[in-house]
Amino acid sequence: MLNQLTISELTAKLDRREVSAREATQACLDQIARVDGQVKAFLSHDAADALAQADAADQQIKADVQKPLLGVPIAVKDVLSVKNQPLNCASKILGNYISPYDATAIEKLKAAGAIVFGRLNMDEFAMGSSTENSAFGATRNPWDLERAPGGSSGGSAAAVVAQECIASLGSDTGGSIRQPAALCGCVGLKPTYGRISRYGLVAFASSLDQIGPFTKDVRDAATLLGVMSGQDLRDSTSIPAPVPDYAAALTGEIKGLKIGLPKEYMVGGLDPEVKASVDAAVKKYQDLGAEIVEISLPHTDYAVATYYIIATAEASANLARFDGIRYGARVDGNDPIELYSKTRGAGFGPEVKRRIILGTYVLSSGYYDAFYLRAQKVRTLIRNDFLKAFEQVDAIVTPTTPTAAFKLGEKSGDPLQMYLSDIFTISCNLAGICGLSLPCGFTKTPQLPIGLQLLGKPFGEETLLKLAHAYEQSTDWHHQFPVL
Amino acid sequence: MASAEIDVKYVAHLARLALSPDEEKQLGAQLGSILGYIEKLRELDVTNVEPTAHAVPLVNVTRVDAVQPSLPHDEALRNAPRKAGGLFIVPKIVE
Repeated sequence: MLNQLTISELTAKLDRREVSAREATQACLDQIARVDGQVKAFLSHDAADALAQADAADQQIKADVQKPLLGVPIAVKDVLSVKNQPLNCASKILGNYISPYDATAIEKLKAAGAIVFGRLNMDEFAMGSSTENSAFGATRNPWDLERAPGGSSGGSAAAVVAQECIASLGSDTGGSIRQPAALCGCVGLKPTYGRISRYGLVAFASSLDQIGPFTKDVRDAATLLGVMSGQDLRDSTSIPAPVPDYAAALTGEIKGLKIGLPKEYMVGGLDPEVKASVDAAVKKYQDLGAEIVEISLPHTDYAVATYYIIATAEASANLARFDGIRYGARVDGNDPIELYSKTRGAGFGPEVKRRIILGTYVLSSGYYDAFYLRAQKVRTLIRNDFLKAFEQVDAIVTPTTPTAAFKLGEKSGDPLQMYLSDIFTISCNLAGICGLSLPCGFTKTPQLPIGLQLLGKPFGEETLLKLAHAYEQSTDWHHQFPVL
Repeated sequence: MASAEIDVKYVAHLARLALSPDEEKQLGAQLGSILGYIEKLRELDVTNVEPTAHAVPLVNVTRVDAVQPSLPHDEALRNAPRKAGGLFIVPKIVE
């Protein structure tokens, strides 16, 4: 089945004219029709538009046009602007919003020939770790439909693992790519802050957000990263660093590379099966010739608290734009302030309200220094931990999550418990470094994926992908998919 | 660091966010426990530590001062909840 292929497998078949982009797209659409009633990864998709894009790609293939993603169907988290498609951030507040322009990452995918289709479910405004905060209902984990796919990009991870698309895009503010990739069992990459333009990504926490890919293997992640990276004058935080040929880094040769094992990550609350899988992966890296070095990231324990001050503060400012004036669903009021308040009260869900209140509070007069400024200083300490560690090692290995996928409803009543499920992924965003999750095993009963997290230096994606690829090629985890 | 109490009604007003009495009560309790947790940052000595606003600092980012394509007027108004005559309609602001 064509929907089961990776990007590299599909482009090779398209290149040899063994299959058409229409057939590949139709295979994805058929899989959506067959399984998405259960998985609920997609909020919507325009089948006619996807097939029209596929036909256009087939015309170009016939004319021998060479593009890295020509004819590859890629689905998108509902937080990225795709021209003339709906954008809701899985919230009611955006009403019937239709994007008037493409995000830069989307523009680049289209220029590379991809068929960009579908709106993937997420926690409302990317706030959450389970996709249960979607205003349109939760996505299910394809390995166990009673469990959460993780979040916030739960739809993006579930759609790839349920083989409803060849690859997908998500966004990661505190683990929203890596955590669902781990819980669903695929590759998820959060690039270094500034690597991919955020133009057209609806902002949650602007100093932490990055766009990144979900793929079935590491090579595909390298391909998508290469296509989407680069400076963009419309995002002043995008970095003018050259974009390397990431696929060229996938040599399988990792002899002599040093991998740090932070002692603070292998402690309390870590599930024994997760620990055993990560230990086995570390052993595998030694067998492959890497050197394992114990390191310390002493401020790890403060990352979640720091994150929930900085991220909510930035969110409370960013979400001020949803006021019912220029777009979205409006609730009328007698004066502008009443209109704003009523519109926002009716349009935002509980988690978004919680974070807006917390963020507004930590920025408010009398509390700014005590909370926000202090958190920014602790952020410096966390970042310095990593920069110091990277003087010794080329990358860091950790579990992506403390446990495998949890049950729907298990944590949704306790916001703090939900926040703590991001404990291993959050520091990466605060430090602005790059991180990747890839499958490293399964729990026994029920069978649920386990994720291995690799963290790399700022703009160290080549080393990260090289290490991930070498491990992946020596294991079979990435060839296992759930039966749906 | 400040005590773990939060005047939800006042902060909701600052955030221009209408809450029901039930929401106010629930948020007050939940935010109390979250604030209790984030108080752990008090344990750290941050004297002489510079704050980080952006992990990858850039300075003086400018672009060429040239006319660029921008969103056409009708496209910019496309998602407006209420509009007329090429403008957004809003409640009366000045008496």
